[in-house]
Amino acid sequence: MENRPLEYDYTVAKMFMLTTIILGIVGMLIGVILAFQLAYPGLNLMLGEGLAEYTNFSRLRPLHTDAVIFGFTLSGVFATWYYVGQRVLKVSMAESRLLMVLGKLHFWLYIVVVAAAVVSLFAGVTSSKEYAEFEWPIDIGVVVVWVIFGMSMFGLIGIRREKSLYISVWYFIATFLGIAMLYLFNNMAIPTILGTAADGTSGIGAWYHSVSMYAGTNDALVQWWYGHNAVAFGFTVPIVGMIYYFLPKESGQAIYSYKLSLLSFWGLMFVYLWAGGHHLLYSTVPDWMQTMASIFSVILILPSWGSAINMLLTMKGEWQQVAASPLIKFMVLASTFYMFSTLEGPIQAIKSVNAIAHFTDWIVGHVHDGVLGWVGFMIMAALYHMAPRVFKREIYSKSLMTAQFWIQTLGVVLYFTSMWIAGITQGMMWRAHDEFGNLAYSFIDTVTVLHPYYTIRGIGGLLYLVGFLMFAYNIYKTMSARPVEERELQNASPMGA
Amino acid sequence: MFHWLEKHPFFFAVGVFIVIAFAGLVEILPSFAQASRPVIGTAPYSTLELAGRHVYIKNSCNACHSQLVRPFKSETDRYGHYSLSGEYAYDRPFLWGSKRTGPDLMRVGNYRTTDWHENHMMDPASVVPGSVMPAYRWMFTNKADIDTAFAEQLTVAEYFQVPYNQPVPMKDGSSVVVKMGSSVAEANAIALEEAKAIAADMRDQDVKDAVERGEIPEIVALIAYLNSLK
Repeated sequence: MENRPLEYDYTVAKMFMLTTIILGIVGMLIGVILAFQLAYPGLNLMLGEGLAEYTNFSRLRPLHTDAVIFGFTLSGVFATWYYVGQRVLKVSMAESRLLMVLGKLHFWLYIVVVAAAVVSLFAGVTSSKEYAEFEWPIDIGVVVVWVIFGMSMFGLIGIRREKSLYISVWYFIATFLGIAMLYLFNNMAIPTILGTAADGTSGIGAWYHSVSMYAGTNDALVQWWYGHNAVAFGFTVPIVGMIYYFLPKESGQAIYSYKLSLLSFWGLMFVYLWAGGHHLLYSTVPDWMQTMASIFSVILILPSWGSAINMLLTMKGEWQQVAASPLIKFMVLASTFYMFSTLEGPIQAIKSVNAIAHFTDWIVGHVHDGVLGWVGFMIMAALYHMAPRVFKREIYSKSLMTAQFWIQTLGVVLYFTSMWIAGITQGMMWRAHDEFGNLAYSFIDTVTVLHPYYTIRGIGGLLYLVGFLMFAYNIYKTMSARPVEERELQNASPMGA
Repeated sequence: MFHWLEKHPFFFAVGVFIVIAFAGLVEILPSFAQASRPVIGTAPYSTLELAGRHVYIKNSCNACHSQLVRPFKSETDRYGHYSLSGEYAYDRPFLWGSKRTGPDLMRVGNYRTTDWHENHMMDPASVVPGSVMPAYRWMFTNKADIDTAFAEQLTVAEYFQVPYNQPVPMKDGSSVVVKMGSSVAEANAIALEEAKAIAADMRDQDVKDAVERGEIPEIVALIAYLNSLK
């Protein structure tokens, strides 16, 4: 009894691994369709005139962003929490019946909310706010799911054996708190069924419709305080938490510096929230806020690079692992893309650069080198590390994994380079004047010029999707085809040929 | 201190929350203390315009079109006067957008007409060769939701004191009164009155017939909204 390791319960982790993969495929597939619709507008009618309303770019666009953010990424966050949480807290979920019930409830309610969200977005029921499109009934569902996630998380922390919280747990706690605060304040709205007509009638119109608590400039301010930091607490904080666990585990190396992790955690918490206003430069938001947002965006390089450098230095003396293990490749490239993306963002937040970059495809490129290169790679790496331990089988194919790595890397590079060129080209053309001081280009000139870049971007996205399907296949085969491992390995994940 | 926090999850969470909430307190609260007031010439949306705004939102027009003119010569040349905060006083939600796949629409009512929009929504490339915008033909048959627009008017009038049925000052010194119905039937009648004026400038016979029958297709509401953007 004394020396036997704890048996962890991965039931809930497995469920969320499944939704990570399925919603990842859905979100990325819609993304590829959208990319090609911009290059070839005929694709808006891909299912015929009758279904045009539902296959149209504008109807699909929020589905893409929300499927990737709240489907793929959040599922990945939940899956890794239900795996990492138990292991770093040294407690099994099976030890508490309540925690098992909460975990399963968390999953099934999440599925219900996802289904409702898909139906409502296809129907065009949206508040228009980016990444906060859901109307109030779904918002309430989101809050319930989030509260259950919190109860499940703090419940596990409450019965932990390891008293000190590992770095990853800090980040998961911050994810919970950050999203809770942001989501609640940004989605404040009054349902319009509360409006009463002069003749006493109320409950008029669509029951699910609501009107924002904030108007105009204030609404924009709250929305981008949310929008930017939903990215922070959905795409950065939990993913950093993941890499702090999975990279040391997989490589067998200790974290390079505890002090650096302290500095980058508390620094990130303090600085990130200020930067939201960089989405509103040159808008009608007060000037001092724009300047603060710009300055803090640049300061944000410090905590971001702090984490990324900490990760890269963790590999010190063990760089041969990058060549040997595709899983280490994924994580090293993820932290490199994190550095890249967190340098690019602050550059775009400088006012004079933003004057050109804002409203262009360069911003789209920035989002995607972060999400494809950093978030996507890290979540896939996490699932690859978890699979042999959760399913007690070695990974089906190492060579498939390596091929996937290179295909997706090529995809990401094609994506962001084409969007850089597209964005800067368009930004420069919008502002070009001829020798008489007239605008040099009509708007449509700045659209048609982008066709080749939109095509290249579509191909980049398609390559990434192909790689993701290879990932899904590899995980599926791992679950079903490989021999059972008798004993869990300490670090490097066992892989087939 | 950090070691202690790492052993006490509750205080750790409180600490994190204070640190992340700080920026919001400093940045967002002062702005709310001085909520933007409408500039002279900004009137609330009429019932039909609001229904059109809902069509705009339903189809995520804001995914590709901004409504924010930045204070640069290249933008004021192309779109008109740069945006003022007070012009958005009745925008719930704001529709600034974050991407210009198509041009800004902040003042599109100044330089596009009803028949231009009609042709454009039916077949964008017919008026803008090379356009990548999809057609929105279902708007010619789907019916606009006037009831919900009316409910929204009632809600904003009640909770945010939006001045319906009151004189609103215009730039030329005159004033206008934006009417809000006292019942669902009256609201629909007001909207239909506006819709008839729009339909008179349209070519599509089915749309004209629908309005004649007392129905309002989405396209009519959308055009009313776009024409109001000035």
